[in-house]
Amino acid sequence: MDPILFIVFLPLLAAIIGGLGNRMLGNTVVKALTTGALFIAAGLSWPMFFTYLTGSAEPHVVPVLHWVQSGSLSFDWALRVDTLTAVMLVVVTTVSAVVHLYSWGYMDEDPDQPRFFAYLSLFTFAMLMLVTADNLVQMFFGWEGVGLASYLLIGFWFKKPSAAAAAIKAFVVNRVGDLGFMLGIFGTYLVFNTVSIPEILVRAPSMAGSTIHFLGGEWHTMTILCILLFIGAMGKSAQLGLHTWLPDAMEGPTPVSALIHAATMVTAGVFMVCRLSPMFAVSPDAMQVVTYVGAATLFFAATIGTTQWDIKRVIAYSTCSQLGYMFVAAGVGAPGAAMFHLFTHAFFKALLFLGAGSVIHAMHHEQDMRYYGALRKQIPLTFWAMLAGTLAITGVGIVDVFGFAGFYSKDSILEAAYASASVSGRFGFWMGITAALLTSFYSWRLMFLTFYGKPRWAQSEHIQHAVHGDHHGHAAHDDGTAGYHPHESPLTMLIPLGVLSLGAVLAGFAFSHYFISDGSGEFWRGSVAFSEELIHHMHGVPDWVKWAPFAVMLTGFAIAWYAYIRNPAFPAVVVGQIGVLYKFLYNKWYFDELYDFLFVRPAFWLGNKFWKLGDVGFIDRFGPNGSAWAVALGSRVAARLQTGYLYSYALVMLLGLTGAISWVIWQAAH
Amino acid sequence: MNHFPILSVMLAVPLVGGLACLLGNARQARAIALGATLIDFALGVLLWAKFDVGGAQWQFQENLPLFSGFSWKLGIDGIALLLIELSVFLMPICILASNAIDKRVGEYMAAFLLMEALMIGVFAAQDLYLFYIFFEAGLIPMYLIIGVWGGAERIYASYKFFLYTLLGSVLMLIAMLWMVHDAGTTDIPTLMQYDFDPAAQKWLWLAFFASFAVKMPMWPVHTWLPDAHVQAPTAGSVILAGVLLKMGGYGFIRFSLPMFPQASADYAWLIYGLSMVAVVYTSLVALVQSDMKKLIAYSSVAHMAIVTVGLFAFNTQGLEGSMIVMLSHGLVSAALFLCVGVIYDRLHTREISHYGGLAINMPYYALLFMLFTMASVGLPGTSGFVGEFLSLAGIYQQSSWVAFVSTTGIILGAAYMLYLYRRIAFGEQKNADAAAMPDLEPREWLMLAPIAAAVLWMGVYPESFLAPMHSDIRAIEARLAATKPAGDAKFQMGKALPVGEAHAEGAH
Repeated sequence: MDPILFIVFLPLLAAIIGGLGNRMLGNTVVKALTTGALFIAAGLSWPMFFTYLTGSAEPHVVPVLHWVQSGSLSFDWALRVDTLTAVMLVVVTTVSAVVHLYSWGYMDEDPDQPRFFAYLSLFTFAMLMLVTADNLVQMFFGWEGVGLASYLLIGFWFKKPSAAAAAIKAFVVNRVGDLGFMLGIFGTYLVFNTVSIPEILVRAPSMAGSTIHFLGGEWHTMTILCILLFIGAMGKSAQLGLHTWLPDAMEGPTPVSALIHAATMVTAGVFMVCRLSPMFAVSPDAMQVVTYVGAATLFFAATIGTTQWDIKRVIAYSTCSQLGYMFVAAGVGAPGAAMFHLFTHAFFKALLFLGAGSVIHAMHHEQDMRYYGALRKQIPLTFWAMLAGTLAITGVGIVDVFGFAGFYSKDSILEAAYASASVSGRFGFWMGITAALLTSFYSWRLMFLTFYGKPRWAQSEHIQHAVHGDHHGHAAHDDGTAGYHPHESPLTMLIPLGVLSLGAVLAGFAFSHYFISDGSGEFWRGSVAFSEELIHHMHGVPDWVKWAPFAVMLTGFAIAWYAYIRNPAFPAVVVGQIGVLYKFLYNKWYFDELYDFLFVRPAFWLGNKFWKLGDVGFIDRFGPNGSAWAVALGSRVAARLQTGYLYSYALVMLLGLTGAISWVIWQAAH
Repeated sequence: MNHFPILSVMLAVPLVGGLACLLGNARQARAIALGATLIDFALGVLLWAKFDVGGAQWQFQENLPLFSGFSWKLGIDGIALLLIELSVFLMPICILASNAIDKRVGEYMAAFLLMEALMIGVFAAQDLYLFYIFFEAGLIPMYLIIGVWGGAERIYASYKFFLYTLLGSVLMLIAMLWMVHDAGTTDIPTLMQYDFDPAAQKWLWLAFFASFAVKMPMWPVHTWLPDAHVQAPTAGSVILAGVLLKMGGYGFIRFSLPMFPQASADYAWLIYGLSMVAVVYTSLVALVQSDMKKLIAYSSVAHMAIVTVGLFAFNTQGLEGSMIVMLSHGLVSAALFLCVGVIYDRLHTREISHYGGLAINMPYYALLFMLFTMASVGLPGTSGFVGEFLSLAGIYQQSSWVAFVSTTGIILGAAYMLYLYRRIAFGEQKNADAAAMPDLEPREWLMLAPIAAAVLWMGVYPESFLAPMHSDIRAIEARLAATKPAGDAKFQMGKALPVGEAHAEGAH
């Protein structure tokens, strides 16, 4: 049997057994089962990935089961493995495996652990189905499957109203994107008469110049199809407009945020655009849309990230922003760079989230950075891991020497954006440079607020609870610690941090050669629309373009250092000066308020009106009730009807009709 | 098999069982009813096993001329087979779900068994008048079930149900009389091939439409459904949503489309318009309901609108998708009403606000409820997706506008179902009585687990359900091919490219 079958279906099996067995099997069995399944999957994925690195493996499809055959619309359950899939396999299984392990420690006190682990494994299965999809419908299956798992995990602590609400929001907002995805699939089928991805990609170039009508307008076929599909990607990857669910998704336990809302699920949109990149390549208009949306998102999310206090929300907006970078890369025709950033980002962003989880664990569930400070000495291993993550995301590195993971991938995106020499590409480049400065600022801001300065723990309610719970709170502590002693996390949480730190430090250096260099076409083998020409142009960009990310990274670091170490009064001064802008950013550009006003309230208002005025006030009043009233006016039949003689009446009516038919037939016969 | 009149036997078993129920006491009646429905289910399994997929269009035919052209004529094709399977599958579950009924049990069981016989009759009838009798008589046990064993407002509900359906029936009967007069036969397969005068088709179509639209139900003749559901006992709701609503769709696919293809094409706009309104309107109404049953009832109207747009897409995907939506909705809405029944039996209220946090004390219930919620939302891997996807893919080829508006149903559907689920299963346990409710008992497992299995089966391997009807759908599609309107996509290859290569794709 092909190893891919084990990689994909072991997590499903573990999820089913663990989920249904639940308390019968007990915490340890379920945890061991699910975690074991994931480590086996990861263990099988890496060798497979290496066969693609060395070029010794060919793309192949493993059929599983027939699914649907309706006229010419036919699709099966099948697992496709090629370079692109292999990259995703190692990302998904590795991060999932370490997140499973991490959850042993993080969820240790939770009363409902089997359910949690079963959901995690279920998620992994759905994600693997997504990345191995050979047709658009199976991709949609994985797409919705990860959506379900995300919904269940965001709402894992379902007693909390905010968690339950965030879960619904995530699902429903994603469904808005799915509307586009579904229409995109329908349109693709209409045009290509198939939903098989390889067939579509082969024939996409021949569709250049063709037109199709959609909602009354005439469009270039590939433009409208790609835009519809991209709307789906925007939902899943939380791009501007459909991003509102992602920050709220932080209601889920932190390991979930690391796995689903940073490393894997939210990158599904990027994966989709890369998988279909030969299709997007046919439509320059659609590519521009992708670039502009990506560029707008990476900037917008970074601005919000600079103002948030909740450590997880900062990282969430950072994720949103980094996804924007990936779309810019995909939009300027560099899917290799997009996938590379996806690859490195998975490691360092999962690391940052798990690190944040470790901090939250140490700080007794406090997530507000205003109540952190000086944690460097208390939880040093977490500090070093977070530092590795921060160096990676801010892109620290020296050209041609060594850099942390993000240095290679983010810089290649910026170079590609510049080298594409289009207006949208330049827009992406400048937005990307600006956001790189903001990224550096908010990342170091997070580090300084958390690990440096003086302890500000005393004001935290969570810490106070912890201290009073321990009966240590009687002594006066004027050092801001309130007598609280944060503890470093257990080994089950530190090992994942170590593994991911390795990725954050080395993933860029070790793999950039394969993903994005001359001759990387060998590696991708047509699984994405890899352009050697663009790579060539990337090498030719001016030196200032190569050094600009480095410069803004240093600038961001310097501002953060000045504002949070050197002169901690400085931020308040700035906020005072730019009060309105600050409020605008702090309130996340008021998207939630706007959507509430535009969609949520009108939906409920309309629902009530349709019900009370439409159904009851109009249809019923002039329909059945009206006729009842008319009948009652004329006779006592209605009165009898309403006193329970209806049934005999109905029977008489039916017998009468039957008699009438018989009579007619009898008449006709004679 | 040719000489064993299996369809007549399937009709007779519940009838005989029903009579026996009237004679026995409550305990006996329950046992007899369960036995009879299980025998019918076993016969249903046999029927499916013996059905020759890809064989003759009409199988298991029986014909006993009665008088002057009117005959006892039964027979099924793949479409009828699947709907009969749905009926016999849900029936034993309904009997199990009727544990809480304690008054006039014998009569209650008799009504259900009579209903089963009539439902099978509707799908198996091959004589126009025989169909009519089954179709209309099916209402009587339903009136009784709602009116006698229903809730406080049962009289109003059954009255409304009656008024609506009566109107359609009378018009349909008149149309049938005219058709028989014109075509000179009451044989349904023959009528399906008969070409009525296009001008007459319009009137005939409208008359049938009046009946089927109410049964379906389509907006704006849907308002009987929420009341009927709310007042009906659980098992009544299950049959109402599970099978009775499918009679409208069955009517369209068996009569309106093949018998009046021209009129179907001419009136497609009417179907599209009403369906689009239904998707948006009833979904929004479902969103604001505070009564569980009402919410699910309104969601049924929205789902049935997907059926109608799929049917009037005039292509394979649309027609097959609609059939799968009907089967899936039959299972899922039945299961959802059973889920409501499970907690209603414990707390005796349908008010959503009285529940909350049930995932804590009823985890397995919460799990199954989640599965059915997701199936209702159309999550891939469940039955809900396959049908919805095919129907919408079908209608997209006809009209992107209709497809767009209908597809918004996936957003609204997610909103109202998850909002319902959240209020019932998530959150804190708000009241002590709800918090004390025990998880599923074995009887309830027996009711819900088979449906759950069927929902997943249909979602993962729908071919079992698609295969029997492929050839029947093809026949209907062929019948519609001449008259169906062109799609609005108007796909055109680029001028610079050779035209021949991909032209065929745009044409379907």
